[in-house]
Amino acid sequence: MTATTEAPTAAAPRPAETTVRSPSRLAKHAKNLLFVVALPLVLVGLWALAVRGQWNLPLGIDMRFVPSPWAVLVRTWDLAVGSSEATSGSLWRHTAASTLRVANGFVIAAFLAVPIGLLMGRIRFVMGLFDSTVSLLRPIPVTAWAPLALLLIGFGDRSTIFLILIAAFFPILINTIAGAANVSPRLLEAAAMLGTPAWKSFFTVVLPSSMQSITSGLRVGLGLSWVVLVVGETVGIRTGLGALITQARDMSRTDIIIAGMIVIGIAGLLSDRLLTLCLRLVTRGRPGLV
Amino acid sequence: MTTITTALGAPITVADLTKTFPSEAGPVTALSGLDLDIAAGEFIAVVGASGCGKSTLLRMLAGFELPTSGILEVGGKTVTAPGPDRGVVFQDYGLFPWLTVLENVAYGPKQNGASRKEAAERAERFIDLVGLTRVSNRFPSQLSGGMQQRVAIAHVLCNEPALMLMDEPFGALDALTRGSMQRELQRIHHEMGTTTVFVTHSVEEAVYLADRVIVMAGGISHGRPGYIKATVAVELDRPRDVNAAQFNDYRRRISGLIEHDSDSE
Repeated sequence: MTATTEAPTAAAPRPAETTVRSPSRLAKHAKNLLFVVALPLVLVGLWALAVRGQWNLPLGIDMRFVPSPWAVLVRTWDLAVGSSEATSGSLWRHTAASTLRVANGFVIAAFLAVPIGLLMGRIRFVMGLFDSTVSLLRPIPVTAWAPLALLLIGFGDRSTIFLILIAAFFPILINTIAGAANVSPRLLEAAAMLGTPAWKSFFTVVLPSSMQSITSGLRVGLGLSWVVLVVGETVGIRTGLGALITQARDMSRTDIIIAGMIVIGIAGLLSDRLLTLCLRLVTRGRPGLV
Repeated sequence: MTTITTALGAPITVADLTKTFPSEAGPVTALSGLDLDIAAGEFIAVVGASGCGKSTLLRMLAGFELPTSGILEVGGKTVTAPGPDRGVVFQDYGLFPWLTVLENVAYGPKQNGASRKEAAERAERFIDLVGLTRVSNRFPSQLSGGMQQRVAIAHVLCNEPALMLMDEPFGALDALTRGSMQRELQRIHHEMGTTTVFVTHSVEEAVYLADRVIVMAGGISHGRPGYIKATVAVELDRPRDVNAAQFNDYRRRISGLIEHDSDSE
């Protein structure tokens, strides 16, 4: 077909700029999502098969007594929005209570561990003073602290927060010490040369240099806060994900137990993402900080 | 080119300087009985084999190390600690990775009392002096080695120091960048008149840049403390031609002084 020579303004269809961009971005997001869910889907699939086939896994795990993924999903839904039994609809209550305790324990731990860690990492005298005590206390599990907390602090929230605090404190401290101890001596020399008094270089050099280690410590500490939730909430607490799981164990309700575990996992994941986001905002995207 | 108010360089007096370091095998004398006089505004290069104590001397002038005995004065005052009047340009730059170029250069003035606005203005002038205005909002990790070294020079000069100390500042750079940095430095020194002590392994670099070249020798591996073997005044007009006969005469002479020493091991 011969093309009529028309004015150049009647141009051939322009390349669709918007449509060229979105499929590739959408495709990229879809690919990322696939990556994220791939392994969990496989694991859930194996889980369903194992329950159906009543597999006997190594270490004596008998899949007969494990609820199927579907049963857990149903239970989770019921916990969230159901109304059929005692535990129905209680998920938000429990989650909120636990989140509040984790937040309290973690934040207090961070406010204590970071300054102490920085001082211990930089001042040999402080390190000498605290090191042996820290090394002695660190291996003591939260489980062992629980009865003592109950006696000294009493039933309820405060005991749980105390236990979470202990769990989160040590990783934050250890990582902060490592970060502070490894500040580049060159940067400290440069700061001194430029007229920074020693105390001030603590804030202008030591703190920024240690940020990456502090971030690692905070993330590990936050994760551990969730890990010890079940133990932490054995101090006469009725509301909370840990309490829910303990009560479910007493009733042999494995479906509630697993549902509770999954919710703790999700809460941990979300809180970690939130922490990282906050740290990134605070450091305003500067390199070498988060 | 912007004119910078020339900071008057300070004279340096070193008399009978001795530095001993403790070590497991007993005290090690790095420098012994060093005498040196540097006039205000002079550009001094210090060359010598590895281990002869040139970096130790530089660090003592900076105030990172204190003398075991002897006199070390800059501008008539004894050196007791590092400070902005004696700026140091390190081989590995010493820039803060979390600060932009502008913030790095403005850091010194801010520490010494300038307001944020004043510090930024001063920083901009020196960033312009080293030709990096276009990247003033980048971070050091986004710059090449040569650019980072220029930022290092700017952040030292921004405090208008009486003395500038440079410890093999161009050692980590490729040959081409090194050459252009030498020309830059010469231009900056001409504009600012800061007394400069420049430690280098490269004799060519020393002859190109310096008014006087100090040749050091000795060191632990030679079994005697570091000492000043010779001082060679380079009487050539700037800008110097590295291919000229006279230039090469100086180069040969100084290299000879260094080699002769390392041969007699």
